[in-house]
Amino acid sequence: MSTTKQIYLDNASTTAVRPEVLDAMLPYFTQEFGNPSSIYPLGQRASDAVAAARATIAELIGAKPREVYFTSGGSEADNWAIKGFARANAAKGRHLITSAVEHHAVLHTCEALEREGFEVTYLPVDAGGRVSPADFEAAIRPDTTLASVMFANNEIGTLQPIAELAKIAHEHGVAFHTDAVQAFGHEPIDVDALGIDMMSASAHKLYGPKGVGLLYVRRGVKLDNLIDGGQQERGHRATTENVPGIVGFAKAAELAFAEREAEHARQESIRDHAIERISAEIPHARLNGSHEHRLANNVNFSFEFIEGEGMLLQLAARGICVSSGSACTSGSLDPSHVLLAIGLPHEIAHGSLRMTLGRDTTLEDVDFAIDSLKTTLANLRAMSPLYEDYKQGRVESIIDNEKKQK
Amino acid sequence: MAMNYSDKVMDHFTNPRNVGEIENPSGCGTVGNAVCGDIMRIYLDIDDNNIIRDAKFKTFGCGAAIATSSMATELVRGKNIQEALEVTNKAVMEALDGLPPVKVHCSLLAEEAIHAALWDYAEKHNITIEGLERPVNDISEREHHAELVDSAEDL
Repeated sequence: MSTTKQIYLDNASTTAVRPEVLDAMLPYFTQEFGNPSSIYPLGQRASDAVAAARATIAELIGAKPREVYFTSGGSEADNWAIKGFARANAAKGRHLITSAVEHHAVLHTCEALEREGFEVTYLPVDAGGRVSPADFEAAIRPDTTLASVMFANNEIGTLQPIAELAKIAHEHGVAFHTDAVQAFGHEPIDVDALGIDMMSASAHKLYGPKGVGLLYVRRGVKLDNLIDGGQQERGHRATTENVPGIVGFAKAAELAFAEREAEHARQESIRDHAIERISAEIPHARLNGSHEHRLANNVNFSFEFIEGEGMLLQLAARGICVSSGSACTSGSLDPSHVLLAIGLPHEIAHGSLRMTLGRDTTLEDVDFAIDSLKTTLANLRAMSPLYEDYKQGRVESIIDNEKKQK
Repeated sequence: MAMNYSDKVMDHFTNPRNVGEIENPSGCGTVGNAVCGDIMRIYLDIDDNNIIRDAKFKTFGCGAAIATSSMATELVRGKNIQEALEVTNKAVMEALDGLPPVKVHCSLLAEEAIHAALWDYAEKHNITIEGLERPVNDISEREHHAELVDSAEDL
């Protein structure tokens, strides 16, 4: 097994830390180990490093340094933005709006607030996974204080109309948060141009370290603390700063933003090659999520008559790392809420595959993965009673029927 | 979620035994449903002395579902009907060196698929098999009672 070449196509899950990022971080574990709150030079140098990282990231997104707060990751940033804002503004209203396809860091946070007595509207999405601005506007009530809609979906890569949604929110006096964990460093982001009031991001999705993220909070936006304690992050987020992580995050962001356009174009062409090949060469397959409004690194397909876990295990045996929206890979009986929200029946949602490209992904990697996928699907279909029923004319292909209707 | 499958489960998933169909089977049973993510179909060839000469399967499902189908068909081959009824989900799990707790239902499905094939055989031959109850297509009802008792940790 160890001699099998590994092809990593799961960059939406996490990415490898870049060597330049690791180099930037290393001194802050050993020689420069000081606590930024300490008054002597060792501490001050750590404090300066955090300040420089904050300034770097702020500039990249068109924000001021004091509007950027470091967190332990994207999930904490989502929790803080939504719980902190909802609680701080509860006197104005107790209604929030989000979408049905959010990451669980947002969905489960909203459910926690519902248990506190808040009301939440979960907007449906269209077949491509997009929220309709008209639906959004119609869901706004006098007591709505906050809307949270993700920048890009982690499973199907769908990009939401962020600027349009933020504009509508502001016309009604509603604050706008976006979980940009999948988009940060990959899509152009200027918080002023887009009208974003709060934004979550995470370092390990752009070749930075795990365990560090950020919450951008526009000046004047009021939110309660999530973590009380010391005076770190100007008294808004206690915990001794993760200095090496923060330094690494800034370095990773700097590199990602500098290379963004070229890398976006490169990955998009590999993505489209993959989408074209799978569509042409694998029968009973459907692309999940909008092709037009899509992250450059995301390929997500459903394959009929097979279940996702078997596909993942067989691909893993060939050294290919991918993920699935199947229930069997999540430990629950229900398949991905995102695939169900775009209208897939359960049996189709069980057979889905996500390949997410990264800066090391080559066209050859993707071609090898697709060749392996074809073999794997042929194996699993030969074993499938549903495929047997289809071949003998006892059932029809749901995916083929859907295509005929188009 | 990373699955901790035993080497035996991986072996039976990677090289499943007895995949296929039997033409004019003595009995054939299908259990499970696609909505829940697993369907098993088992074919049996039973001779005049009630010995299972051959067993084949087709399964739509996860790695554990395929491995339990493979093992269940291995276990019933060469057995007589009464012995085949003793191939319980627990026997299948033991033969596979255990299953992760969330996959125990796959072994229940395998047991039920054998029962469904035997039931079909009994109906076709107009006989009664002692100890065989009418199988259920959807095992989720029964699962609620059985799953926690028969978790892999008990093995």
